[in-house]
Amino acid sequence: MEPMFAITIRIITGVFGALLPISVALAQQAEVTTVRIGVLSQALEQYIPMTTLEPVYDDMGLQGARLASDDNNTTGRFVNQEFRLTEVVVPTDEAPTAAFKKLVSDGHQLILLDLPTDMLLAVADQPEAADTLLFNIRARDDSLRNSDCRPNVLHTIPSRAMLADALAQYLSWKRWRKVYLVVGKYPEDKAYAAAVRRAAKRFGLTIVAEKQWIFDPGARRTDSGHVNAQQEIPSFTRGVDYEVLVVADERDEFGEHLNFRTHLPRPVAGTQGLTPLAWHRTSELYGATQFQRRFRKLSGRWMTSRDYAAWIAVRSIGEAATRTASNDVARIAEYIRSTEFTLAVFKGVPVSYRDWNGQLRQPVLITGSRIVVTMSPQRGFLHQFTTLDTLGYDRPESECASGR
Amino acid sequence: MTNKPVQFLAALGVIVATSVVQAQTAYVSNEKDNTISVIDINAAKVVDTIQVGQRPRGILLSKDLKQLYICTSDEDHIEVLDLDTLKVTHTLPSGTDPELLALGGEGRLLYVANEDDNMVTVVDVVERRMIKEIAVGVEPEGMGISPDGKWLVNTSETTNMAHFINLETNLIEANVLVGARPRVAQFTPDGNQVWVSAEIGGTISVIDVASHRIVEEITFRLPGIERSAIQPVGLTITADGKRVFVALGPAARVAVVDVETYQVEKYLLVGQRVWNLDLTADERYLVSTNGVSNDVSIIDVNRLKVLKSIKVGRLPWGVVIKP
Repeated sequence: MEPMFAITIRIITGVFGALLPISVALAQQAEVTTVRIGVLSQALEQYIPMTTLEPVYDDMGLQGARLASDDNNTTGRFVNQEFRLTEVVVPTDEAPTAAFKKLVSDGHQLILLDLPTDMLLAVADQPEAADTLLFNIRARDDSLRNSDCRPNVLHTIPSRAMLADALAQYLSWKRWRKVYLVVGKYPEDKAYAAAVRRAAKRFGLTIVAEKQWIFDPGARRTDSGHVNAQQEIPSFTRGVDYEVLVVADERDEFGEHLNFRTHLPRPVAGTQGLTPLAWHRTSELYGATQFQRRFRKLSGRWMTSRDYAAWIAVRSIGEAATRTASNDVARIAEYIRSTEFTLAVFKGVPVSYRDWNGQLRQPVLITGSRIVVTMSPQRGFLHQFTTLDTLGYDRPESECASGR
Repeated sequence: MTNKPVQFLAALGVIVATSVVQAQTAYVSNEKDNTISVIDINAAKVVDTIQVGQRPRGILLSKDLKQLYICTSDEDHIEVLDLDTLKVTHTLPSGTDPELLALGGEGRLLYVANEDDNMVTVVDVVERRMIKEIAVGVEPEGMGISPDGKWLVNTSETTNMAHFINLETNLIEANVLVGARPRVAQFTPDGNQVWVSAEIGGTISVIDVASHRIVEEITFRLPGIERSAIQPVGLTITADGKRVFVALGPAARVAVVDVETYQVEKYLLVGQRVWNLDLTADERYLVSTNGVSNDVSIIDVNRLKVLKSIKVGRLPWGVVIKP
């Protein structure tokens, strides 16, 4: 029977010693155990990018998972473990639940989810998902870390709250406290603005004004579009005394145009301008140079935050499998959630998963377009256990009921 | 003999019993300034600053102590500094982005970790060419050679392993899983143990060479310092094998560890982001490089006291001391 959905499947097997110029370790046992990891991705809607510097990638996330699988296999050949990645991509307008069920029935219980929030919840709530460990590498909704948390879901991508908190800490450190918040019209923009409002309250910023961006973006590429923007943006931003403009424009339609055009000479931050991100293509901090190079060699492009989140998820599985010397999913899941688990992710400190809502605690980069400006948590912000938990929803704040 | 060294030591309240004080010179690589600082330890000051290639990191003295091998990482080669003339005389091939190196083969062979290609490259310093590559884990870095010259231990930062390489066959014979992001590997002088620092794991793994088993994992605790800030990187072992000094990175301290009991005797407060360290030949002083403070600390080993900080170039990285 023909499948109801059109899917593309890639199976990448670990190369067990095939490319080495010389012989490897004399292993005590010859038996190789296999760890199978699935990646379930929903294709992005096609759009015209804001800038030619950032073409639309159709393999965001997938490339990060592939690099991590290669890294796992390099370790794996020393400990008789093999890691296999199965990728499934579902078209934009189709539900991924059928593809998910097939992945599980094909023997995958460790699965990365590269899905929007509603699809992710639909999949996580399937009966087949009961014995799986799912990694959210895309959805940043704070609801998933609170009332919509699930016991079988871990998040490697930072939530909106973590990004907003990271930015707010830096603005607070800089003493740029008067914020003018400009919000786009989409639900995700409003969610970003809500995270900014929460962060402002936590870190002592004042939102002196808030305005909704009302203009229709129209065609992105025009012959003389800058002429109108030069007039419109100053009048839009006039009349407010502020120190930094924070913009919430997740679809990248207008935010980039604000910088250098506002009425007052003030920096722009948020979804454009000074931007909090899980990962930036130029980061060479904490030994990241080789990591970036390996990614570019494999994928032919810059690494995005989603690739980074996927890399962390697959490496978490690899690390757990190696440390427990096991391919048993329950043991791997238990180890990942334990206090023993630490992973090095090129941000200078070990990362681990929060036991109250499954979110990976991690530093957040604050970036310009060409460089990394700083990294949060900022110096001076204290915490009883780890300063990484000053970003996002801390234990007492979380509304996630499935506490462990 | 001048009065200066005596005055310096007297000023510190140390009574000098010997009549001759040995000249001791420390060489420090300044990662950002692209220079090597030359420090007269007895005078406690920088006497020269030498311009070298881009991003100097790991440095090592030649066997005859007449040359300094410098990993100029961004030049993708090793520069050789003549220590009499203080001029770079030639370069050695190394593969891309060399960071750390070890000397073996009676001083003729340099072992260099090649992070981009997951290889250890073997360079003949006389013939000035790469003679072999050994495949290791992801992002190799630390290199430690056994006292008998028979074993090389190489750490892989992302694979989290210490690989034991037999230097007769150049084959890996054992792989030991250590803490997250292992950096430096050093053999004890009796050749029985290898001490491996894990920067992100926050531990030192002590590996028994004969069995390749980890016999101890040392952790560090500092009141008021977040555990994730305690990041062991450089380590150096005394010649009698009794003590190990460990640089703890952003914790800004050097830990003094007793080899027999594995206990930390003391923590010494130095500068920010202390990464590497070396002992003088007489082991009276320990010098640490404090990356973010842009200085080095001189520590009196007998009294376990930090004596002085000396400003060097930006982001001091490696240090070696010539007797």
